Amino acid sequence: MAGFELRDLSASFAGKRVIGPLSLTVWEGEKVALVGKSGAGKSTLVNLIHQQLDQQTSLVPQELGLVNALPVFHNVFMGQLDQHPAWYATLTLIRPFARDREAIRSLLADLDMAEKLWTPSMSLSGGQRQRVAIARAIWRNASILLADEPVSALDGPMAHRVMQLLVAKFGTSVIALHDVELALRYCNRIVGIQDGHVALDEPSERLQASDIMTLY
Amino acid sequence: MLSYPVVRTSLLFVAIAIGGLFFADIAITASNPWRDLGNFFLGVMTPDFFSTEGLLTALLRTVAFAFVGVALGSVFGFLLSLVYDRLPVRIFSAFIRAIHELFWALIFLQFFGFHPLTGVLAIAIPYAGIFAKVYSEILDEADPSPARTLPPGTGALARFLYTRIPDCWDQIRTYTAYRLECGLRSSAILGFVGLPTLGFYLESSFSQGSYSEAGAMLVLFYVLIATIPLWVRPRLLPVYLAGAPFFLGEGLPIVWGNVARFFTEDIVPAPIRSGEGIEALGSWFGELMLQAALPGIWNTLILTQIALVATGILTLLVFPLISNHFGGPVRRTAGHVFLVIARSTPEYILAYILLQLWGPSMLPAVVALALHNGGIIGHLIGRQTNGIRLRPDAPVGFRRYSWELVPRIYRSFLAFLFYRWEIIMRETAILGILGIYTLGFYVDSAIQNIQFDKAIVLIVITALLNIGIDTLGRFIRRRLALQTMPTC
Repeated sequence: MAGFELRDLSASFAGKRVIGPLSLTVWEGEKVALVGKSGAGKSTLVNLIHQQLDQQTSLVPQELGLVNALPVFHNVFMGQLDQHPAWYATLTLIRPFARDREAIRSLLADLDMAEKLWTPSMSLSGGQRQRVAIARAIWRNASILLADEPVSALDGPMAHRVMQLLVAKFGTSVIALHDVELALRYCNRIVGIQDGHVALDEPSERLQASDIMTLY
Repeated sequence: MLSYPVVRTSLLFVAIAIGGLFFADIAITASNPWRDLGNFFLGVMTPDFFSTEGLLTALLRTVAFAFVGVALGSVFGFLLSLVYDRLPVRIFSAFIRAIHELFWALIFLQFFGFHPLTGVLAIAIPYAGIFAKVYSEILDEADPSPARTLPPGTGALARFLYTRIPDCWDQIRTYTAYRLECGLRSSAILGFVGLPTLGFYLESSFSQGSYSEAGAMLVLFYVLIATIPLWVRPRLLPVYLAGAPFFLGEGLPIVWGNVARFFTEDIVPAPIRSGEGIEALGSWFGELMLQAALPGIWNTLILTQIALVATGILTLLVFPLISNHFGGPVRRTAGHVFLVIARSTPEYILAYILLQLWGPSMLPAVVALALHNGGIIGHLIGRQTNGIRLRPDAPVGFRRYSWELVPRIYRSFLAFLFYRWEIIMRETAILGILGIYTLGFYVDSAIQNIQFDKAIVLIVITALLNIGIDTLGRFIRRRLALQTMPTC
């Protein structure tokens, strides 16, 4: 499964519809940027897609979902928790295997975080925490990436570096972004969300920043 | 003032307690209570650590029973906490924790005899019920979002170990260590029903009037509890846990025939045992209710309500002793020592001592319960006031107490008090074993008369009463929107 087709998605909070009905088809190889002003329903849509695809995606949720008491290593390792038997996972909690240590260290090096491997994620800064969640999604290695504002806490150069890494690692991705420039540069399809509906759906090369700004 | 629900509730409880005083048996019956009390304090001041070689053994056994009992309780409590969302598990846990350690000990004594298992189970079973509840509350508060990012094929064990336990670990550890302290107190009082822990030796020194010997035991017990942070170390725990089972003493061997007889004959109500039919059972039960259960319930309720209010008054009096809004370092240190002693002495031991000195009535029980519980809540509230920052020109002295501090801490004070309501009642019931006419008295008499069928019914009634008060206390705390952390 590399692309997906979702029909008539909808979601309500407290009786008020916030999404849909909305249909979205994503083909293999597409890098979709979800844009729109805050409150338009991007996060809800990301969570809906995550549920609909039976969680078979690499997810970077907005709240990151880190286990604060565990070190960076284990938070990343969790991405492949289904790949190991229970005894292996339990031993890893006490003393990780050298193979995993090296693999995760080199993944973190790509994110400039290698020296934080054993730091409890509780004592990381906001940007570092975000990179741990991204490393976990990459380690998870699903064919589709679902990310909700994955670089919102990163400075300019680091944000570009992470976006490059993400589009290189995942064939297909759906990324909610408020930064229009990043969206145009790293994604090949822009989907604009307004009041829970698709208000814009075009390939990136046909759009300019000003076209998207009409959504805001 | 009267328009505040918190104030109205407080006044209602005070009124009930004052009403209760008219029915309660409050008196000092000893011929010379103050001389005895003086002698006792003299004994504590001049402890004799070398009178019996039994002293060190008693301490060792007390620690060993506490470790094994609390460890087993925490393991089983943890397992129960995993399925605590199921109603039968909740009811089961509520039931086993509503029965006091001493009642469990009395039950097990009837068929295991003086075997170490009796003491271990007497601690482990009620503690498992408490651990189940508190662990499940801690686990429920873990952040649910990490679990959502896991791959769907993740096994339940790995999921639990990675996303639930780490978040809760600190709290679980702190709470378990805290329960170990409670376990030491429980273990000490098990001696009063004949197990080889501190209470056994304390009782015998007391009955011989050797106050210096009794004083030495109490002093050592305080030192043991006060130094817990020094000798209970994470690295040493496995050593203690592995070693403790070997220091429980030999006891007497279990006679399995007794076990079988207890369940198939002893606890079967007498009319059924002798085949007299349902009608006889009805009159047997009616007589039991009229002659034991109802008077026991009545006295237990009265004593509980008086002790609850006395605890509250004492708390409000003593918390300034350790608050840094009043007094200098000398008075605060003295206050800390007083509160540590008050809360480290099990209420059962306090009540026992006071009963010996003042003679049998409800008064020693009220004072013991108020001292112990007031010591615990006073300590917590006093610490809480240290976090309060007052404006620089705030009044001092009594006005600071009544206008600035009490209004600020009153809600959490009530929360703790209502939390301990059920604990006070559980203790009140058990103090009956010392000769006050609460439910414990009737349980103990039934056991003395070898009427285990009646004893079991009375224990179950006590448990139901505790569950009722616990539910009522929780209802009131919810109504008044009071929140608290568990205490023991």
